[in-house]
Formats: sequence, C-alpha cells, structure tokens
Amino acid sequence: MSWVPTSETALAVRDLHKSYGTFEAVRGISFDVNRGEVFALLGPNGAGKTTTVEILEGFRVRSRGTVVVLGHDPQKHDAQMKQRIGIVLQSTGVDPFLTVRETIEFYRGLYPAPRETDEVIGLVGLSEKRDQKVTKLSGGQKRRLDVAIALAGDPELLFLDEPTTGFDPSARRHAWEIIKNLATLGKTVFLTTHFMDEAQYLADRVAIIARGEIVAEGTPDTLGGRDTAKTRIRFRLPAGVDATGLPDLGQRATPDGTSVVEASDPAPPLHELTRWAVDRGVRFEVLEVSRPTLEDVYLEITGDALEAKS
Amino acid sequence: MSGIRFALRQAVYTNKAFWRNPASAFFTFAFPLMFLVIFTTLFGNSDTPTAAGTIKTSTFYIPGMATFAVISACYTNIAISVAYARDEGILKRTRGTPMPGWSYLLGRVLHAMVIAVVLVVIVGAFGKFIYDAQLPTGTPLVQFLIALVVGSGAFAALGLALTCVIPNADASPAIVNASILPLLFLSDVFIPLGRDPAAWVNAIGVIFPVRHFANAMQAAFLGAPFSWSDVLVVALWGIGGLLVAARYFRWEPRH
Repeated sequence: MSWVPTSETALAVRDLHKSYGTFEAVRGISFDVNRGEVFALLGPNGAGKTTTVEILEGFRVRSRGTVVVLGHDPQKHDAQMKQRIGIVLQSTGVDPFLTVRETIEFYRGLYPAPRETDEVIGLVGLSEKRDQKVTKLSGGQKRRLDVAIALAGDPELLFLDEPTTGFDPSARRHAWEIIKNLATLGKTVFLTTHFMDEAQYLADRVAIIARGEIVAEGTPDTLGGRDTAKTRIRFRLPAGVDATGLPDLGQRATPDGTSVVEASDPAPPLHELTRWAVDRGVRFEVLEVSRPTLEDVYLEITGDALEAKS
Repeated sequence: MSGIRFALRQAVYTNKAFWRNPASAFFTFAFPLMFLVIFTTLFGNSDTPTAAGTIKTSTFYIPGMATFAVISACYTNIAISVAYARDEGILKRTRGTPMPGWSYLLGRVLHAMVIAVVLVVIVGAFGKFIYDAQLPTGTPLVQFLIALVVGSGAFAALGLALTCVIPNADASPAIVNASILPLLFLSDVFIPLGRDPAAWVNAIGVIFPVRHFANAMQAAFLGAPFSWSDVLVVALWGIGGLLVAARYFRWEPRH
C-alpha cells in the first residue's frame, strides 16, 4: 500500500469501486474521516450510500480501491476492528421475546470493555422500557434499541445508516440529540442520510454522493460554495405601481412575477432599492434576501450529476 | 479460546429466547411428546415385529419418538429459526459484532443438541415407566450416547445446510417438512416397517440418515442389534451438511 493514513484518521477511503454485475454502484470515491468527527454521506436513494457504508463495516467486498477503518481492512473481518466499531444498519432485528435489558446485556457481553447496560439504555431514552419485551416497542423505540446495541460495546467509531428514516419529526429531533451527545463523548460518527437538514444539523463535514460519485465535499456551511455564493434579493411591486425611475440593478424577471438581483455584496443594491421605494412611498409585496440553502446546493449538485449521466 | 466462550454465551441466550417464544417451545418441545401419546394411544395395543423380536407397538414408539425428538430439536428447529433470524437481520447484526460467525452457529447447534438430549431423556423415562421399553446400560449406553451426540450434531448441521436453499422465512416450514416428513414415514419412525418392507423403502432407509439413526435408538431402547455403520452413515451426512453450510451459508436475507 503506497499510502498510509495518519493516526488522526479514523477512516480512510481511496478510489473505492463496487460493481454488481455490470452495474457500478460506487465509482471511485475517496474521503477521510478524522477522529472525533461527525461525517455525513448525503445523497438521494440509490446513490451508493448503503453500498459504501456496508463496505466500510465489512459486510460487502469491494471491487477495487483501498479502505482502512481504525487501521484495519474491514473485509478481513478482524475481531479487533469489530470490538471498536458500532453499527446501526438500515434493517436489523433482535429476538422479539427478550426484554430491552436482556438484549443489551447479551450484546455488551461480546465486547472487551462494554458500557454499563443501564447507562446505554439511558443514553437512548429507553429507561422506562427497559423491562419491556422487544415486541412491545414502537418502530422508533426499536430504532433507538438499535442505537443502544451499537453503543453497548463502547465503540470509538459508530456507523449509522439512515438512522432516522421513517421517524416522525419529534422522534427525529430526539435521535439527533442522541447523536449530538455521542459526538460530545468523543466518538467518531459516520452517518448516511438523504435528509439535508440532518446532515446540516449533525455533521462537521458532508460529502454529497450521486450516482456512485462524490460530487461535493465540505462543511455544511461551505459546501458547494455556499459561503461565497451570491446573495439573492427577490422583490415584487404591487400591481399598478409606476416603476419609472426604478434603479437598474441588473434584476431579471422570474415566472412568478418577482424580480431577482444577485450580488456578492447585497448591501448597495438593497440600499438603492429600498431608498427608491421609501422616496416614492411604495410598499413591496415581496422583499427577501437569502443565501442558497444546503438544500438548494444539494438539488443543484445532484441534479447536475443526474443530467450529466443521462 | 474466546470463540468457544462466545458460542456458550450464544447458546445460553438462544435458550432464553427459545423458551420465551411460545411457538418454538411448543412445536419443538411439546410436539414429539404429544406424538408419543397420540401414537401409543392409537396403535399401542397391537404387536409389531421388529429387529428385536415381536413387541408391543407402544414400546416401538419409544425409539421412534426419540428419533423424532432429535430431528425436531436439531434439524427442523435450526432450519426454521435460523432462516427467521436471517430474514429479521439478526444474523447480519451478529456479523457486525466481534463474535466469529462459527461461534454463533456453534452456539445455536449446542443449544439444539441440549434440547434434543432433554427430550430423549423425557421420552426414555416415559418408555421405562409406562411403555415397557428398556434403558441402555453398560456398553449399549456408551454406544447410545455416542449415537445421540453424532445424530443430534449431524441433524443440526443438515438444518444449517438446508437454510442455504430456503429463500425466506415464510417458505421455511414448507421446505423443512417436505424434506423430512416423507423420511419419517419411510424410516421406521412414525410407522413400524415390520420385517419385510418394499425394496424401494429399504433403499431410502439405506441412503438417508433417518433410518440409520432410528436403528441406533432401537438398539438402545429395544435391545435391537447395534451397528457402528449406522452411526457412520449419520456422521457422513452430518459432515456433508457442514461442508454445504460452510460453503453456501448466507448471513443476509435474499433481496
């Protein structure tokens, strides 16, 4: 191996490829995740997220490339690696007739230095359900049990594959708080999601994957040039207002009848626009100033990637 | 040897889950005992010719139900419950822990073997105190214990092998029963074959492991002649099952 990750790197991927028959699910992706970082792999369904995370966890064999997880090659099924990772898969069950407590007791017993059972149950907010059988849990509670099982071995690195899919909004909020807590415990978290807000809220760094390729990478604030992107001023005058003398700010009309001005520094055009309106006594029907959201960036990037391939 | 420790832990956990699940506890544990009562009640008063001479049919069913108990606890139980665990993603989750795959499977097999032994002891006790069967002592006891361990291990291995062709948990009871019920009828287990069964029935008995295992149980409980070749055939099937499972076992559901 010509390249060796540093000790600060929890997880390193270089030129990873995975094909199923003639279908290339992952087409040469590379990224690093540092220790203590929350890293999100964000992308639409079918983009290659689960394939990637399952290669990192050791469930799938890669076609090509290098993968190092805590210094190990995951496809060798090293017990030493498994002792230090926790996995929340998209769909995994447990024996339905055992209680929450018994389930955690069993899984923690498979690790050399596990966390206390009650502590783990408390971390995911299932303390009241600790003596309930798994069959009695709701879908969201089962998912929390999945997280608790993944935490039982006190892992350094946690994999979460779409942890909140199918959650109602309050359950999602709750799950987010749990994941935030993990980050404060110093855990490294590798998360896949197709929710922009989830990546934005949880991740220190985000990579966007589309059609098996990473199309953008960065912090949620800088991703896709969000921090340097032009600010957009959008406005509409009431019908019948005399627009003579309206300063020429390079505005263009949009189909919904509003006008849009884009500027790196929005203060001068905004000043001119509002001064004109105040002088004339005109009230705007619409006046908005906005930066592109992560969602805008995501839709633009993944949309481009889709078009480029078709 | 931490792999063995994992296996024992898995066996204890499987046991706990087994008794909590009414379906598994009933079909695996109560079924053979229920069949024993039904068969002996329906057919028990007639006489039947066996390799151990002519005996009461109720006595015949002691080794028969011991055989059925081992097959039910090991082959049927393992094939159905492992296929279920695979569909539920329990197997996949296990693969993500430090426990080696072989430890998990060994734990399941050990648990099934313990259940089988407990069932055989119960059937034997029924036989001794109610149905005129004998209990093996001395050399036959050693032969019986070896046959029991080999048989339960072999049928457990065959159960694991069968999961390789079970597409999903819904299909498993049908596949398991289709593979084993005809053999139970044709192998001197459910129905006494008498002294002169049809040639093709004998051929099936020679090829498949069920009748060989039933012979070993008849030697123990009826005093019929014991033959190591019966144990050997059962062991060979078990090794075959192990090889198939080692090569084709799937930890994840088929999509």
